[in-house]
Amino acid sequence: MSVLIFVENWDGKFKKLSFELISYGAKLAEMLHTEVVALTIGAVENAELKKLGNYGAARIINAVNDKINVFDSQAYTSIIAGFARQEASTIVALSNNNMGKAIAPRLSVQLKAGLGAGVSKLPLGLNPFIVYKKVYSGNAFSHLVIKTEIKILTLAQNSFELIETPNNAVISTITAEWNPESIRTRVSEVQKQSGKILLTDADVVISGGRGMKSSDNWGPIVELAELLGAATACSRPVSDEGWRPHDEHTGQTGKIIAPNLYFAIGISGATQHLAGVSSSKFIVAINTDKDAPIFSAAQYGIVGDASKVLPKLVEAVKEIKGK
Amino acid sequence: MKILVCISNVPDTTTKVKFIDDFKKLDTTGIQWVINPWDELSLTRALELKDDASNGIQSVTVAHVGLVGSEPTIRKALAIGADDAIRVNADPADAYFVAVQLANVLKLDSYDLIFCGIESSDFNGSSVGAMLAEFLEYPSVSSVSGVRIENGVLIINREIDGGKEILTVPIPVVAIVQKGIAREPRIAAMRGIMMARTKPLKVVEPIIVDSFTEIVSYEMPKPRAACKFVDPENPRQLIELLQNEAKII
Repeated sequence: MSVLIFVENWDGKFKKLSFELISYGAKLAEMLHTEVVALTIGAVENAELKKLGNYGAARIINAVNDKINVFDSQAYTSIIAGFARQEASTIVALSNNNMGKAIAPRLSVQLKAGLGAGVSKLPLGLNPFIVYKKVYSGNAFSHLVIKTEIKILTLAQNSFELIETPNNAVISTITAEWNPESIRTRVSEVQKQSGKILLTDADVVISGGRGMKSSDNWGPIVELAELLGAATACSRPVSDEGWRPHDEHTGQTGKIIAPNLYFAIGISGATQHLAGVSSSKFIVAINTDKDAPIFSAAQYGIVGDASKVLPKLVEAVKEIKGK
Repeated sequence: MKILVCISNVPDTTTKVKFIDDFKKLDTTGIQWVINPWDELSLTRALELKDDASNGIQSVTVAHVGLVGSEPTIRKALAIGADDAIRVNADPADAYFVAVQLANVLKLDSYDLIFCGIESSDFNGSSVGAMLAEFLEYPSVSSVSGVRIENGVLIINREIDGGKEILTVPIPVVAIVQKGIAREPRIAAMRGIMMARTKPLKVVEPIIVDSFTEIVSYEMPKPRAACKFVDPENPRQLIELLQNEAKII
């Protein structure tokens, strides 16, 4: 018995969400009186692997094969399922991000294990096994019973605190079964931006809406983002108008994010927009309309014209940060 | 090439959901039911591909697991332009149950390109597409933001952190679709609505299988504390609150 955690790595590095997942797994293992085994696929250096031990992983397995140079959901699933069987894991947990969403449902079928997707708390009960997850795009939450013996969980990003529980983890590097011939999808091209803070990783996000009036007015948003080490985002009308790129669209059909701090500037806060940002820990709204729904979701608000408020806000941040 | 678009029937995305029976059941009073937004975009893209004759798409079929009450949503998909539809006559108990039923649809009749939305806006599970692919042992591509056909070969864009990958994929394949696949959902024209009435809608009885999961109750989000307003002339106060009160920057 064990809790198996599949931890994604990005060119051999982990991110905050990796440690959130291990912290979650460690607490879960404590509830079940068992241990956490962390599995990552693709070469990671020992110093980096050890970091997983700081959050409570008892054993860390690095499955490597120098032919692994691309993500394939079927190949990854069969590697993870293999370990889950070998370790007799009763829980397999992954992050609820692009990769987790591609793998977890396949694991559910392979291991005949019920899937709790996007859980945001530790289980509410173990027998029956009840998980807590959002439904109706954040307008409600559900208590979901997983009826199978093995359970697959994906953890919603930024929903669980990092908990340091240093563990002298045992690290093993093993060769992953990987047959390139069996991989039927072929990646022919990769287009990647570098140097930009990713919207899904950012602790602070500065987002502009239709109230910004034109793409020409984005200067202070970008400046504020730079000052706060934040990512920039926008509402749907803005990306539809082509004022900002589509990959900045946050909302129900765009990116769903959960930063610590979200600035909604000139965004009225339609249900569909809130569906993408309601998991933010703090929301700051700046809007001319004091009755805009965004103020019901926000903890801090300024009723005013963004074009007048933003420059002052930028100056204030410069002053305070300069001290 | 034959395309299957899997659709889910969900409350309109502006619905303020309410629950009855001690928070055990959704109150469906007054709810407007629609095609799940990502499924609607998938259908739109499928029809765009079919419009270009050089792509050689023979047909676009929609599949749905649901009781007879969801037929208006299926008819809407037919009105938008799907050629025919299949409804598996069962209450969609959970993602696993739905994937089993859809896999059975694909065993009865073969399709080459299968579209599933990345999630449904009701249960937000992001599960059915990849489960279906696993049942059928088909390759799948998740986070798909573009699909095109070049010289008979399927080319798919996959969103990754900070960029995208372009993949060539064999058929059959399951494409799990997110934003970007089509610009705007296609709207049914009057002619489409008239034609939808006579398009074939096949009803299939479900396979008996137990669900893996069950929602036992719902909860409303905790109300947030009232918004604290800051003087627009003095945004410095906002930054101070974020630093000293929220301790977030």
